[in-house]
Amino acid sequence: MTYLITQTLNGLFSAALLFLIASGLTLAFGVMKIVNIAHGSFYMLGVYVASTVVLRTGSLFAGAVVAILVVAAVGFLMQRVFLRRFPADPLAQMMMTMGFALLFRDLALMIWGGDPFTLQYPGRLRESIEMGEVVFPSYRLFVIVVAALVGVGLWIVNEKTLIGARLRATVDDPEMASAIGINVARLSGVVFAVGAGLAAFGGVMGGPILGGYAGLDFDLLPLAFVVVIVGGMGSLKGALVGSIVVGMIDNFGKALVPELSYFTLFAPMMVVLALKPTGLYGRA
Amino acid sequence: MLAVTDLHTYYGESHVLQGVSLDAARGAVTAVLGRNGVGKTTLCRSLVGLTPARAGRIALNGVDITRLPPYRIHRLGVSLVPQGRRIFPSLTVRENLAIAARGDLDRVFSVFPRLAERAGHRGNELSGGEQQMLAIARALVARPLLLVLDEPTEGLAPVLVAEVAAVIRRLREEGTSILLVEQNVAFAVKLADWAHVMSRGRIVHSTDPAALWNNEEVKTQLLGVPPAGAGARPRRDL
Repeated sequence: MTYLITQTLNGLFSAALLFLIASGLTLAFGVMKIVNIAHGSFYMLGVYVASTVVLRTGSLFAGAVVAILVVAAVGFLMQRVFLRRFPADPLAQMMMTMGFALLFRDLALMIWGGDPFTLQYPGRLRESIEMGEVVFPSYRLFVIVVAALVGVGLWIVNEKTLIGARLRATVDDPEMASAIGINVARLSGVVFAVGAGLAAFGGVMGGPILGGYAGLDFDLLPLAFVVVIVGGMGSLKGALVGSIVVGMIDNFGKALVPELSYFTLFAPMMVVLALKPTGLYGRA
Repeated sequence: MLAVTDLHTYYGESHVLQGVSLDAARGAVTAVLGRNGVGKTTLCRSLVGLTPARAGRIALNGVDITRLPPYRIHRLGVSLVPQGRRIFPSLTVRENLAIAARGDLDRVFSVFPRLAERAGHRGNELSGGEQQMLAIARALVARPLLLVLDEPTEGLAPVLVAEVAAVIRRLREEGTSILLVEQNVAFAVKLADWAHVMSRGRIVHSTDPAALWNNEEVKTQLLGVPPAGAGARPRRDL
Protein backbone atom coordinates (compact mmCIF):
# COMPACT_ATOMS: atom_id res chain seq x y z
CA MET A 1 0.00 0.00 0.00
CA THR A 2 2.79 2.39 0.98
CA TYR A 3 4.56 1.39 -2.18
CA LEU A 4 1.46 2.08 -4.23
CA ILE A 5 0.97 5.56 -2.75
CA THR A 6 4.64 6.48 -3.15
CA GLN A 7 4.73 5.31 -6.75
CA THR A 8 1.47 7.11 -7.51
CA LEU A 9 2.93 10.34 -6.13
CA ASN A 10 6.07 9.76 -8.19
CA GLY A 11 3.89 9.20 -11.23
CA LEU A 12 2.05 12.44 -10.55
CA PHE A 13 5.37 14.25 -10.26
CA SER A 14 6.38 12.97 -13.70
CA ALA A 15 2.93 13.92 -14.97
CA ALA A 16 3.36 17.45 -13.59
CA LEU A 17 6.62 17.97 -15.49
CA LEU A 18 5.21 16.36 -18.61
CA PHE A 19 2.18 18.63 -18.47
CA LEU A 20 4.38 21.74 -18.31
CA ILE A 21 6.23 20.56 -21.41
CA ALA A 22 3.33 19.11 -23.37
CA SER A 23 0.85 21.96 -22.87
CA GLY A 24 3.07 24.30 -24.89
CA LEU A 25 3.76 21.68 -27.53
CA THR A 26 0.08 20.96 -28.02
CA LEU A 27 -0.88 24.66 -28.15
CA ALA A 28 1.77 25.39 -30.76
CA PHE A 29 0.52 22.47 -32.80
CA GLY A 30 -3.11 23.55 -32.41
CA VAL A 31 -2.51 27.09 -33.61
CA MET A 32 0.30 26.61 -36.13
CA LYS A 33 0.29 22.89 -36.95
CA ILE A 34 3.98 22.98 -36.09
CA VAL A 35 5.56 19.73 -34.98
CA ASN A 36 8.24 21.33 -32.88
CA ILE A 37 11.29 19.10 -32.55
CA ALA A 38 13.02 21.87 -30.58
CA HIS A 39 10.48 21.75 -27.77
CA GLY A 40 12.65 19.50 -25.61
CA SER A 41 15.44 22.03 -26.17
CA PHE A 42 13.31 24.73 -24.52
CA TYR A 43 13.09 22.52 -21.44
CA MET A 44 16.86 21.97 -21.53
CA LEU A 45 17.63 25.66 -22.06
CA GLY A 46 15.37 26.39 -19.08
CA VAL A 47 17.48 24.27 -16.74
CA TYR A 48 20.74 25.67 -18.07
CA VAL A 49 19.73 29.33 -17.93
CA ALA A 50 18.34 28.78 -14.44
CA SER A 51 21.58 27.09 -13.36
CA THR A 52 23.53 30.24 -14.22
CA VAL A 53 21.09 32.46 -12.35
CA VAL A 54 20.87 30.14 -9.32
CA LEU A 55 24.66 30.07 -9.16
CA ARG A 56 24.76 33.86 -8.91
CA THR A 57 21.69 34.52 -6.77
CA GLY A 58 21.08 31.26 -4.94
CA SER A 59 17.38 31.66 -5.71
CA LEU A 60 15.47 29.03 -7.67
CA PHE A 61 12.61 31.46 -8.00
CA ALA A 62 14.82 34.06 -9.70
CA GLY A 63 16.20 31.25 -11.88
CA ALA A 64 12.70 30.27 -12.93
CA VAL A 65 11.67 33.83 -13.80
CA VAL A 66 14.79 34.53 -15.87
CA ALA A 67 14.65 31.14 -17.59
CA ILE A 68 11.00 31.62 -18.57
CA LEU A 69 11.64 35.10 -19.95
CA VAL A 70 14.81 34.21 -21.84
CA VAL A 71 13.46 31.01 -23.38
CA ALA A 72 10.11 32.62 -24.22
CA ALA A 73 12.02 35.36 -26.05
CA VAL A 74 14.04 32.73 -27.91
CA GLY A 75 10.80 30.97 -28.89
CA PHE A 76 9.18 34.22 -29.98
CA LEU A 77 12.11 35.16 -32.22
CA MET A 78 12.30 31.64 -33.62
CA GLN A 79 8.65 31.81 -34.67
CA ARG A 80 8.57 35.41 -35.86
CA VAL A 81 11.86 35.43 -37.74
CA PHE A 82 12.08 31.89 -39.09
CA LEU A 83 9.08 29.58 -38.76
CA ARG A 84 6.47 31.99 -40.02
CA ARG A 85 8.16 32.09 -43.39
CA PHE A 86 6.77 28.61 -44.01
CA PRO A 87 3.17 28.96 -42.84
CA ALA A 88 1.72 26.30 -45.10
CA ASP A 89 4.60 23.85 -45.15
CA PRO A 90 4.69 21.60 -42.06
CA LEU A 91 7.64 19.59 -43.32
CA ALA A 92 9.84 22.64 -43.83
CA GLN A 93 8.82 23.91 -40.41
CA MET A 94 9.62 20.60 -38.77
CA MET A 95 13.02 20.36 -40.42
CA MET A 96 13.75 23.88 -39.30
CA THR A 97 12.83 23.09 -35.68
CA MET A 98 15.07 20.04 -35.97
CA GLY A 99 17.91 22.34 -37.02
CA PHE A 100 17.21 24.62 -34.09
CA ALA A 101 17.22 21.66 -31.70
CA LEU A 102 20.72 20.65 -32.82
CA LEU A 103 21.86 24.25 -32.72
CA PHE A 104 20.60 24.70 -29.16
CA ARG A 105 22.28 21.47 -28.10
CA ASP A 106 25.68 22.55 -29.37
CA LEU A 107 25.17 26.03 -28.00
CA ALA A 108 24.39 24.62 -24.54
CA LEU A 109 27.43 22.37 -24.75
CA MET A 110 29.59 25.35 -25.67
CA ILE A 111 28.27 27.69 -22.98
CA TRP A 112 27.63 25.33 -20.07
CA GLY A 113 29.84 22.35 -20.87
CA GLY A 114 28.72 18.74 -20.79
CA ASP A 115 28.86 17.95 -17.08
CA PRO A 116 25.61 16.81 -15.52
CA PHE A 117 24.34 18.91 -12.63
CA THR A 118 21.24 19.46 -10.53
CA LEU A 119 19.75 22.72 -9.33
CA GLN A 120 19.66 23.27 -5.58
CA TYR A 121 16.38 22.75 -3.74
CA PRO A 122 14.63 25.93 -2.72
CA GLY A 123 14.81 26.62 1.02
CA ARG A 124 12.56 24.46 3.15
CA LEU A 125 11.45 22.16 0.34
CA ARG A 126 14.55 20.04 0.78
CA GLU A 127 12.94 17.88 3.45
CA SER A 128 10.50 15.02 3.14
CA ILE A 129 7.01 14.85 4.43
CA GLU A 130 6.04 11.86 6.55
CA MET A 131 2.47 10.73 6.71
CA GLY A 132 2.26 7.45 8.59
CA GLU A 133 4.25 4.95 6.59
CA VAL A 134 4.56 7.18 3.53
CA VAL A 135 7.65 9.32 3.23
CA PHE A 136 7.60 11.66 0.28
CA PRO A 137 9.90 14.54 -0.73
CA SER A 138 8.06 17.79 -0.15
CA TYR A 139 9.60 19.30 -3.28
CA ARG A 140 7.84 16.75 -5.48
CA LEU A 141 4.51 17.61 -3.89
CA PHE A 142 5.30 21.27 -4.46
CA VAL A 143 5.89 20.66 -8.18
CA ILE A 144 2.62 18.72 -8.47
CA VAL A 145 0.72 21.62 -6.87
CA VAL A 146 2.47 24.23 -9.03
CA ALA A 147 1.73 22.31 -12.24
CA ALA A 148 -1.89 21.95 -11.17
CA LEU A 149 -2.08 25.72 -10.64
CA VAL A 150 -0.53 26.31 -14.07
CA GLY A 151 -3.13 23.93 -15.51
CA VAL A 152 -5.98 25.82 -13.83
CA GLY A 153 -4.52 29.11 -15.03
CA LEU A 154 -4.27 27.88 -18.62
CA TRP A 155 -7.80 26.52 -18.44
CA ILE A 156 -9.19 29.85 -17.21
CA VAL A 157 -7.36 31.81 -19.91
CA ASN A 158 -8.41 29.36 -22.61
CA GLU A 159 -12.06 28.97 -21.64
CA LYS A 160 -13.05 32.18 -19.88
CA THR A 161 -11.24 35.05 -21.57
CA LEU A 162 -11.44 36.80 -24.92
CA ILE A 163 -7.81 35.91 -25.62
CA GLY A 164 -8.69 32.26 -25.04
CA ALA A 165 -11.67 32.56 -27.38
CA ARG A 166 -9.40 34.05 -30.06
CA LEU A 167 -6.99 31.21 -29.52
CA ARG A 168 -9.68 28.56 -29.88
CA ALA A 169 -11.09 30.31 -32.93
CA THR A 170 -7.62 30.16 -34.50
CA VAL A 171 -7.31 26.47 -33.67
CA ASP A 172 -10.78 25.87 -35.19
CA ASP A 173 -10.23 27.76 -38.43
CA PRO A 174 -7.11 29.96 -38.76
CA GLU A 175 -8.15 31.43 -42.08
CA MET A 176 -11.57 32.51 -40.84
CA ALA A 177 -9.96 33.81 -37.65
CA SER A 178 -7.80 36.15 -39.72
CA ALA A 179 -10.85 37.23 -41.70
CA ILE A 180 -12.64 38.38 -38.53
CA GLY A 181 -9.74 40.55 -37.45
CA ILE A 182 -7.36 38.29 -35.53
CA ASN A 183 -3.69 38.86 -36.26
CA VAL A 184 -2.93 35.16 -36.51
CA ALA A 185 0.79 35.66 -37.16
CA ARG A 186 1.28 37.65 -33.98
CA LEU A 187 -0.92 35.32 -31.95
CA SER A 188 1.16 32.41 -33.23
CA GLY A 189 4.34 34.10 -32.03
CA VAL A 190 2.83 34.68 -28.60
CA VAL A 191 1.57 31.11 -28.30
CA PHE A 192 4.94 29.75 -29.37
CA ALA A 193 6.67 31.99 -26.81
CA VAL A 194 4.29 30.94 -24.02
CA GLY A 195 4.86 27.29 -24.91
CA ALA A 196 8.62 27.77 -24.85
CA GLY A 197 8.38 29.57 -21.51
CA LEU A 198 6.25 26.77 -20.03
CA ALA A 199 8.76 24.15 -21.17
CA ALA A 200 11.58 26.19 -19.62
CA PHE A 201 9.58 26.43 -16.42
CA GLY A 202 9.19 22.65 -16.51
CA GLY A 203 12.96 22.39 -16.85
CA VAL A 204 13.51 24.56 -13.79
CA MET A 205 10.87 22.71 -11.76
CA GLY A 206 12.47 19.39 -12.66
CA GLY A 207 15.95 20.84 -12.12
CA PRO A 208 16.56 19.87 -8.49
CA ILE A 209 15.68 16.24 -9.25
CA LEU A 210 16.41 15.55 -12.93
CA GLY A 211 18.94 18.33 -13.36
CA GLY A 212 20.58 19.08 -16.67
CA TYR A 213 22.89 17.05 -18.87
CA ALA A 214 23.87 16.77 -22.51
CA GLY A 215 21.09 14.89 -24.30
CA LEU A 216 18.33 15.90 -21.87
CA ASP A 217 16.47 17.59 -24.72
CA PHE A 218 16.10 14.46 -26.83
CA ASP A 219 15.40 12.28 -23.79
CA LEU A 220 12.29 14.29 -23.05
CA LEU A 221 11.05 14.97 -26.56
CA PRO A 222 9.59 11.48 -27.19
CA LEU A 223 7.77 11.58 -23.84
CA ALA A 224 6.25 14.95 -24.68
CA PHE A 225 5.17 13.66 -28.08
CA VAL A 226 3.61 10.55 -26.59
CA VAL A 227 1.62 12.78 -24.21
CA VAL A 228 0.41 15.02 -27.02
CA ILE A 229 -0.43 12.13 -29.32
CA VAL A 230 -2.29 10.20 -26.63
CA GLY A 231 -4.16 13.31 -25.47
CA GLY A 232 -4.91 14.62 -28.94
CA MET A 233 -2.89 17.28 -30.73
CA GLY A 234 -4.08 20.79 -30.00
CA SER A 235 -6.09 19.96 -26.87
CA LEU A 236 -5.09 21.29 -23.43
CA LYS A 237 -7.39 18.81 -21.72
CA GLY A 238 -5.70 16.11 -23.76
CA ALA A 239 -2.28 17.32 -22.58
CA LEU A 240 -3.47 17.06 -18.98
CA VAL A 241 -4.98 13.59 -19.29
CA GLY A 242 -2.11 12.43 -21.51
CA SER A 243 0.46 13.64 -18.97
CA ILE A 244 -1.20 11.73 -16.14
CA VAL A 245 -1.59 8.57 -18.23
CA VAL A 246 2.01 8.69 -19.50
CA GLY A 247 3.44 9.78 -16.13
CA MET A 248 1.76 6.89 -14.35
CA ILE A 249 2.51 4.27 -16.97
CA ASP A 250 6.12 5.36 -17.30
CA ASN A 251 6.61 5.40 -13.56
CA PHE A 252 4.94 2.08 -12.75
CA GLY A 253 6.47 0.53 -15.84
CA LYS A 254 9.98 1.51 -14.81
CA ALA A 255 9.33 0.40 -11.22
CA LEU A 256 7.76 -2.95 -12.02
CA VAL A 257 9.33 -4.06 -15.32
CA PRO A 258 12.32 -1.78 -15.90
CA GLU A 259 13.57 -3.87 -18.82
CA LEU A 260 10.39 -3.05 -20.74
CA SER A 261 10.26 0.67 -20.04
CA TYR A 262 10.02 1.73 -23.68
CA PHE A 263 7.42 -0.92 -24.38
CA THR A 264 5.21 0.18 -21.49
CA LEU A 265 5.53 3.75 -22.69
CA PHE A 266 4.86 3.31 -26.38
CA ALA A 267 2.41 0.40 -26.34
CA PRO A 268 -0.42 2.52 -24.87
CA MET A 269 0.24 5.12 -27.55
CA MET A 270 -0.14 2.48 -30.26
CA VAL A 271 -3.38 1.27 -28.69
CA VAL A 272 -4.80 4.80 -28.49
CA LEU A 273 -3.76 5.56 -32.07
CA ALA A 274 -5.28 2.31 -33.33
CA LEU A 275 -8.61 2.92 -31.58
CA LYS A 276 -8.79 6.70 -31.85
CA PRO A 277 -6.30 8.12 -34.36
CA THR A 278 -6.94 11.70 -33.27
CA GLY A 279 -6.00 10.95 -29.66
CA LEU A 280 -8.33 11.02 -26.66
CA TYR A 281 -9.47 14.62 -27.04
CA GLY A 282 -8.22 15.52 -30.50
CA ARG A 283 -10.43 16.54 -33.34
CA ALA A 284 -10.47 15.00 -36.76
CA MET B 1 -17.16 52.97 -51.59
CA LEU B 2 -15.56 49.91 -53.16
CA ALA B 3 -13.67 50.17 -56.43
CA VAL B 4 -12.18 47.05 -57.96
CA THR B 5 -9.97 47.57 -61.00
CA ASP B 6 -8.68 44.87 -63.34
CA LEU B 7 -8.23 42.25 -60.62
CA HIS B 8 -6.27 39.08 -61.42
CA THR B 9 -6.22 36.25 -58.88
CA TYR B 10 -4.64 32.83 -59.20
CA TYR B 11 -4.85 29.55 -57.33
CA GLY B 12 -1.39 28.24 -58.03
CA GLU B 13 -1.24 28.24 -61.82
CA SER B 14 -4.99 28.43 -62.28
CA HIS B 15 -5.98 31.92 -63.42
CA VAL B 16 -9.36 32.40 -61.71
CA LEU B 17 -10.06 36.13 -61.77
CA GLN B 18 -9.10 37.43 -65.21
CA GLY B 19 -9.48 41.16 -64.86
CA VAL B 20 -12.49 41.86 -62.67
CA SER B 21 -13.58 45.47 -62.45
CA LEU B 22 -16.60 46.58 -60.49
CA ASP B 23 -17.89 49.26 -58.16
CA ALA B 24 -20.15 49.06 -55.16
CA ALA B 25 -21.93 52.23 -54.09
CA ARG B 26 -22.27 53.43 -50.52
CA GLY B 27 -25.50 52.41 -48.83
CA ALA B 28 -26.53 50.16 -51.71
CA VAL B 29 -26.90 46.44 -52.24
CA THR B 30 -24.66 45.46 -55.14
CA ALA B 31 -25.18 41.96 -56.47
CA VAL B 32 -22.56 39.80 -58.18
CA LEU B 33 -24.26 36.95 -60.00
CA GLY B 34 -22.96 33.99 -61.86
CA ARG B 35 -22.97 30.24 -62.10
CA ASN B 36 -20.87 27.84 -60.10
CA GLY B 37 -17.16 28.11 -60.75
CA VAL B 38 -17.03 31.50 -62.46
CA GLY B 39 -14.90 32.95 -59.65
CA LYS B 40 -17.45 34.53 -57.30
CA THR B 41 -16.01 33.06 -54.11
CA THR B 42 -12.47 33.84 -55.28
CA LEU B 43 -13.57 37.45 -55.73
CA CYS B 44 -14.84 37.50 -52.13
CA ARG B 45 -11.60 35.94 -50.90
CA SER B 46 -9.51 38.51 -52.75
CA LEU B 47 -11.62 41.37 -51.39
CA VAL B 48 -10.97 40.37 -47.77
CA GLY B 49 -7.34 39.36 -48.32
CA LEU B 50 -7.65 35.58 -47.95
CA THR B 51 -6.44 34.98 -51.50
CA PRO B 52 -4.59 38.17 -52.41
CA ALA B 53 -4.82 39.28 -56.01
CA ARG B 54 -1.67 39.05 -58.09
CA ALA B 55 -2.49 42.13 -60.11
CA GLY B 56 -5.05 44.91 -60.09
CA ARG B 57 -6.34 47.15 -57.34
CA ILE B 58 -9.00 47.08 -54.65
CA ALA B 59 -9.79 50.44 -53.08
CA LEU B 60 -12.05 51.06 -50.12
CA ASN B 61 -13.00 54.73 -49.99
CA GLY B 62 -9.86 55.44 -51.96
CA VAL B 63 -7.57 53.43 -49.67
CA ASP B 64 -5.67 50.67 -51.42
CA ILE B 65 -6.34 47.39 -49.57
CA THR B 66 -5.27 45.00 -52.33
CA ARG B 67 -2.36 43.40 -50.55
CA LEU B 68 -3.14 44.02 -46.89
CA PRO B 69 -3.43 40.99 -44.59
CA PRO B 70 -7.01 39.90 -43.80
CA TYR B 71 -7.05 41.18 -40.22
CA ARG B 72 -6.12 44.70 -41.38
CA ILE B 73 -8.76 44.71 -44.10
CA HIS B 74 -11.26 43.64 -41.44
CA ARG B 75 -10.20 46.53 -39.22
CA LEU B 76 -10.55 48.96 -42.13
CA GLY B 77 -14.18 47.94 -42.42
CA VAL B 78 -14.74 44.98 -44.75
CA SER B 79 -16.53 42.03 -43.15
CA LEU B 80 -17.12 38.70 -44.86
CA VAL B 81 -20.01 36.32 -44.39
CA PRO B 82 -18.30 33.34 -45.99
CA GLN B 83 -19.75 30.58 -48.08
CA GLY B 84 -20.55 27.67 -45.80
CA ARG B 85 -20.83 30.08 -42.78
CA ARG B 86 -17.63 28.86 -41.10
CA ILE B 87 -18.80 29.41 -37.54
CA PHE B 88 -16.14 28.53 -34.96
CA PRO B 89 -17.51 25.23 -33.64
CA SER B 90 -15.77 25.22 -30.26
CA LEU B 91 -16.80 28.77 -29.39
CA THR B 92 -20.14 29.74 -27.93
CA VAL B 93 -22.44 32.05 -29.88
CA ARG B 94 -21.42 34.90 -27.58
CA GLU B 95 -17.70 34.16 -28.09
CA ASN B 96 -18.14 33.87 -31.87
CA LEU B 97 -19.45 37.43 -31.77
CA ALA B 98 -17.20 38.86 -29.06
CA ILE B 99 -13.93 38.05 -30.82
CA ALA B 100 -15.03 39.99 -33.90
CA ALA B 101 -16.82 42.83 -32.13
CA ARG B 102 -16.22 46.51 -31.76
CA GLY B 103 -18.34 47.60 -28.82
CA ASP B 104 -20.97 45.54 -27.02
CA LEU B 105 -23.27 42.86 -28.37
CA ASP B 106 -26.62 44.28 -27.22
CA ARG B 107 -27.53 45.75 -30.57
CA VAL B 108 -26.80 42.62 -32.56
CA PHE B 109 -28.74 40.53 -30.05
CA SER B 110 -31.71 42.86 -30.53
CA VAL B 111 -31.53 42.29 -34.29
CA PHE B 112 -31.13 38.52 -33.81
CA PRO B 113 -33.14 37.59 -30.71
CA ARG B 114 -32.73 33.91 -31.54
CA LEU B 115 -28.96 34.25 -31.09
CA ALA B 116 -29.48 35.91 -27.71
CA GLU B 117 -31.45 32.85 -26.62
CA ARG B 118 -28.65 30.60 -27.82
CA ALA B 119 -25.78 32.80 -26.56
CA GLY B 120 -24.26 30.08 -24.37
CA HIS B 121 -24.45 27.30 -26.97
CA ARG B 122 -21.41 26.23 -28.96
CA GLY B 123 -21.23 26.88 -32.68
CA ASN B 124 -21.55 23.18 -33.50
CA GLU B 125 -24.86 22.96 -31.62
CA LEU B 126 -26.67 25.37 -33.94
CA SER B 127 -29.00 24.61 -36.85
CA GLY B 128 -28.03 25.69 -40.37
CA GLY B 129 -30.32 28.72 -40.20
CA GLU B 130 -28.98 29.77 -36.83
CA GLN B 131 -25.43 29.38 -38.13
CA GLN B 132 -26.22 31.63 -41.09
CA MET B 133 -27.68 34.27 -38.79
CA LEU B 134 -24.64 34.00 -36.55
CA ALA B 135 -22.32 34.36 -39.55
CA ILE B 136 -24.12 37.56 -40.56
CA ALA B 137 -24.16 38.81 -36.96
CA ARG B 138 -20.44 38.04 -36.58
CA ALA B 139 -19.74 40.21 -39.63
CA LEU B 140 -21.99 43.02 -38.37
CA VAL B 141 -20.56 43.36 -34.85
CA ALA B 142 -17.37 44.73 -36.42
CA ARG B 143 -19.51 47.69 -37.70
CA PRO B 144 -18.28 47.24 -41.26
CA LEU B 145 -18.35 49.88 -43.98
CA LEU B 146 -18.89 47.06 -46.45
CA LEU B 147 -20.51 43.72 -45.82
CA VAL B 148 -19.57 40.95 -48.26
CA LEU B 149 -22.11 38.11 -48.34
CA ASP B 150 -21.00 34.98 -50.19
CA GLU B 151 -24.03 32.84 -51.08
CA PRO B 152 -26.00 33.53 -47.90
CA THR B 153 -28.99 31.47 -49.08
CA GLU B 154 -27.06 28.34 -49.98
CA GLY B 155 -28.60 25.28 -48.39
CA LEU B 156 -31.31 27.17 -46.53
CA ALA B 157 -35.01 26.28 -46.45
CA PRO B 158 -37.31 28.85 -48.16
CA VAL B 159 -38.57 30.26 -44.85
CA LEU B 160 -34.97 30.94 -43.80
CA VAL B 161 -34.13 32.46 -47.17
CA ALA B 162 -36.96 34.92 -46.54
CA GLU B 163 -35.49 35.67 -43.14
CA VAL B 164 -32.07 36.39 -44.65
CA ALA B 165 -33.77 38.68 -47.20
CA ALA B 166 -35.49 40.56 -44.38
CA VAL B 167 -32.17 41.03 -42.59
CA ILE B 168 -30.48 42.33 -45.74
CA ARG B 169 -33.35 44.80 -46.34
CA ARG B 170 -33.10 46.03 -42.76
CA LEU B 171 -29.32 46.49 -43.03
CA ARG B 172 -29.72 48.41 -46.25
CA GLU B 173 -32.27 50.72 -44.63
CA GLU B 174 -29.79 51.34 -41.84
CA GLY B 175 -27.23 52.42 -44.42
CA THR B 176 -24.89 49.40 -44.56
CA SER B 177 -23.22 48.90 -47.93
CA ILE B 178 -23.57 45.32 -49.10
CA LEU B 179 -21.91 43.22 -51.77
CA LEU B 180 -24.24 40.28 -52.32
CA VAL B 181 -22.63 37.40 -54.18
CA GLU B 182 -25.23 34.85 -55.27
CA GLN B 183 -26.21 32.10 -57.66
CA ASN B 184 -29.81 32.54 -56.61
CA VAL B 185 -30.79 35.19 -59.17
CA ALA B 186 -34.42 35.53 -58.11
CA PHE B 187 -33.35 36.19 -54.54
CA ALA B 188 -30.65 38.69 -55.47
CA VAL B 189 -32.59 40.79 -57.99
CA LYS B 190 -35.31 41.43 -55.42
CA LEU B 191 -32.78 42.97 -53.03
CA ALA B 192 -30.13 44.55 -55.20
CA ASP B 193 -29.82 48.13 -56.39
CA TRP B 194 -27.35 47.15 -59.07
CA ALA B 195 -26.22 43.81 -60.49
CA HIS B 196 -22.99 42.57 -62.03
CA VAL B 197 -22.93 39.30 -63.94
CA MET B 198 -19.79 37.25 -63.80
CA SER B 199 -18.57 34.65 -66.25
CA ARG B 200 -15.21 32.89 -66.48
CA GLY B 201 -13.40 35.26 -64.15
CA ARG B 202 -14.73 38.52 -65.58
CA ILE B 203 -17.67 40.86 -65.11
CA VAL B 204 -19.47 40.53 -68.44
CA HIS B 205 -22.63 42.48 -67.79
CA SER B 206 -23.60 45.27 -65.39
CA THR B 207 -27.17 46.36 -65.17
CA ASP B 208 -30.23 47.41 -63.27
CA PRO B 209 -31.61 44.26 -61.55
CA ALA B 210 -35.08 44.67 -63.04
CA ALA B 211 -33.58 44.89 -66.52
CA LEU B 212 -31.54 41.80 -65.78
CA TRP B 213 -34.62 39.86 -64.78
CA ASN B 214 -36.13 40.71 -68.16
CA ASN B 215 -33.01 39.93 -70.15
CA GLU B 216 -33.70 36.36 -71.18
CA GLU B 217 -30.41 35.97 -73.02
CA VAL B 218 -28.20 36.82 -70.05
CA LYS B 219 -30.43 34.90 -67.68
CA THR B 220 -30.39 31.66 -69.62
CA GLN B 221 -26.85 31.76 -70.95
CA LEU B 222 -24.92 33.22 -68.08
CA LEU B 223 -27.02 32.56 -65.02
CA GLY B 224 -28.64 29.22 -65.76
CA VAL B 225 -32.17 30.50 -65.25
CA PRO B 226 -34.66 28.55 -67.39
CA PRO B 227 -36.37 30.56 -70.15
CA ALA B 228 -39.64 32.36 -69.39
CA GLY B 229 -42.58 30.04 -69.63
CA ALA B 230 -40.70 27.43 -67.68
CA GLY B 231 -41.88 29.31 -64.60
CA ALA B 232 -40.73 32.45 -62.93
CA ARG B 233 -38.73 30.65 -60.26
CA PRO B 234 -35.07 30.15 -60.97
CA ARG B 235 -33.59 26.69 -61.13
CA ARG B 236 -31.42 25.89 -58.18
CA ASP B 237 -28.04 24.86 -59.41
CA LEU B 238 -26.98 21.68 -57.75
